[in-house]
Amino acid sequence: MNLTPQDYQVLTPYILLTAWACVLLLADLFIPRERKSITALLAALGLAVTLGVTLSQVGIEQTGFFGMAVLDGFSTFVNALLLVSGILGIAIAHDYVKRMGIERGEYYTLLLFSVSGMMLMAQAADLIIVFIALELLSIPLYVLAAFARPQLSSEEAGMKYFLLGAFATGFVVYGTALVFGATGTTSLAGIVAAAASPSTSTLLLTIGAALVLVGFGFKVAAVPFHMWTPDVYQGAPTAVTAFMAAGAKIAGFAALLRVFATAFSSLAVDMTAVLWALAALTMILGNVIAISQTDIKRMLAYSSIAHAGYILMAFVPYGNPAVRDVSIAAGLFYLAAYAFTNFGAWSVVIALEKKEEKGLAIADYAGLGRKHPLLAAAMTVFMLSLVGLPPTLGLVGKVYLFRAVIAGGFTGLAIIGVLTSLISAYYYLRVVVTMYMKDGEPETVRETWLGFTTGLSAIVTVVFSLLPQSLFAWASEAVLKLF
Amino acid sequence: MIPVEYYIVLSAILFAIGVAGVLIRRNALIIFMSIELMLNAANLAVVAFSSVLKTFSGQVFVFFVIAVAAAEVAVGLALIVEIFKAKHSIDVDQMSSLKG
Repeated sequence: MNLTPQDYQVLTPYILLTAWACVLLLADLFIPRERKSITALLAALGLAVTLGVTLSQVGIEQTGFFGMAVLDGFSTFVNALLLVSGILGIAIAHDYVKRMGIERGEYYTLLLFSVSGMMLMAQAADLIIVFIALELLSIPLYVLAAFARPQLSSEEAGMKYFLLGAFATGFVVYGTALVFGATGTTSLAGIVAAAASPSTSTLLLTIGAALVLVGFGFKVAAVPFHMWTPDVYQGAPTAVTAFMAAGAKIAGFAALLRVFATAFSSLAVDMTAVLWALAALTMILGNVIAISQTDIKRMLAYSSIAHAGYILMAFVPYGNPAVRDVSIAAGLFYLAAYAFTNFGAWSVVIALEKKEEKGLAIADYAGLGRKHPLLAAAMTVFMLSLVGLPPTLGLVGKVYLFRAVIAGGFTGLAIIGVLTSLISAYYYLRVVVTMYMKDGEPETVRETWLGFTTGLSAIVTVVFSLLPQSLFAWASEAVLKLF
Repeated sequence: MIPVEYYIVLSAILFAIGVAGVLIRRNALIIFMSIELMLNAANLAVVAFSSVLKTFSGQVFVFFVIAVAAAEVAVGLALIVEIFKAKHSIDVDQMSSLKG
C-alpha cells in the first residue's frame, strides 16, 4: 500500500490550494490590519495558480488514493468553474468588506478552504470523501455567513445555516451508513458492482440513497428543503451570499451527479419519479414566492431556489442511457451560465448596498437607468439571463436543458419549466422597469474590483451566448467518460 | 451474540429521536445535541455493519465522522455564544430579524 506520484497527480490542484490556504492563514498574521488587500491578492493568486494547474490537467483520466479520488473531464470542468467562482468571490468581496467594516484576513482563507472542499467534492469517488468534502466546504461557509458579527442578522444567518447544514449532514451520514450496510463498501464503483448482485438488500440501498438525496437537497436548496435559503442569503454579507449561491450549488450538484449517476444508477426507476417531483416543486415554489418579495436579496434567494429546480431537471432522465450524457452536459452548462449571471447580479446589488442593510429594496433601484446607465444595462443583462431571454447565456442554458428533458420523454416537466420561466419574467423584469421607468436618486459606489466583476460577468453572459458551442462541447466532453 | 438487526433498529430509533428533536425543540443547544445524536446513530449503524461484514473501512469512516463532528462543534458553539452575547437567548423562535 504505497502512494505513487500518480496518486498525488490526481489531487494536485486540491492539495496545492489547501496548502496555500494553510500558509496564507499563517502569513496573514504578519500582514498589518490596514493592508489586508495583500491577503486578498495572495488568495486570488493561489486560486489562479490552481486554475492553471487544473487546466493543464484537461484530458487526463485517472483514479488515485486507492480509488478514493478521481480525476476526469467532469472534475476538471467543475473544478475550473469553482476556481473561477472563487476568484470572482474574492473580487466581489475585496471592496465590500472594507466598506462594511468587516475586513479581516480570515475571510479570504476561509473562502479558499471552502473552494478546496468544493473541489474535493467534484473529485470524490467514495462516500467517505463525499462526506469529508461536504463538511470542508460547509464549515467555512457557516463562519463566512456569520462574518459580519456583531451584526445580528448576519449572526442569525450563520446560526440558521449551521443548524440546517448540520441537520442535512446527519442525513448524508446516515444514508451513507445504510448504503454501506447494504453493499459492504463506500466506494462508488463498489456500490455499482454490489447493487448488481442479488444478495444486496435493495430496500436498505434505496432508503440510504433517499437519505443522501435529502441531505444534498438541503445543500442545493431544493424544495421542500429550502427553508433556510432566503434567511441565510438575506442575512449573510452580500459578498458571501454571492459566493455561496454559486459555489455551494455547483459543488452540491457535482456530488449529486457523481453519486447518483454512477453509484445509484440501478435505482434510477424509483429515483426518477422523486427527482421529477423535486424539480417541479422547486421551480414552481421558488418562482411563485419570489413574486411577492420586495427585498432584492430575498428575491434573488428565491430565484436561486428556482434555478436549483431547473438544474435538477437535468438529473431526471439520468437512468436513460440515450439522453443521459446530453442532459447532464446541459446541466453543467446551466451551472456555468448561472454562476456568471449570479455573480453579476449580486455585484450590482453590492454596488447599491449601503451600511446597516440600506439600499437593498427593489424600490431603491428607481432611476438607476438615468443616473448610471452602464450599471443599469449590466443589471438588465443579468435579469434577462435569469429569465432566459436573448441575448444571454440563460437562454442558451434553458434551451439545452429543455431540449434534453424533452428528448428524455419528460415533456410535462419541460412545460412546467417554460411556464415557471414566464412567471419569473414578471419579477425579474420588474427590477428592469423600476430602473428605467421610475424616478429616483440611487447612490452607488464605484469600486475597481466590483466593477471588474460586473463587467466581466456581463461580457461573459452576452458573448458566450453568441458562441455557446465551445462551452457546451467542453461540458459534453466532461460527461463523456463519466459512465 | 446479539444479532445485527438489533443494532440497526436501535440506530434507527436514535436517528428518529434526533430528527424529532431538531424539528420539535426550540433551544439551539438542544437542536445541536439532537444533530449529534443523528450522527452517532449513523456511527452505531456503521460499526455494527462493519463487524458483520468483517471490513475495516466502516470503522475508519466512524473516526472521520467523529473528527468532523468535533470540528462542527467548535463552529457551532462559537455561533451560539455570539448569539447569546447579543440577545441573551438562544431560542431559535426568537431569531426572527430576517423576514420577508
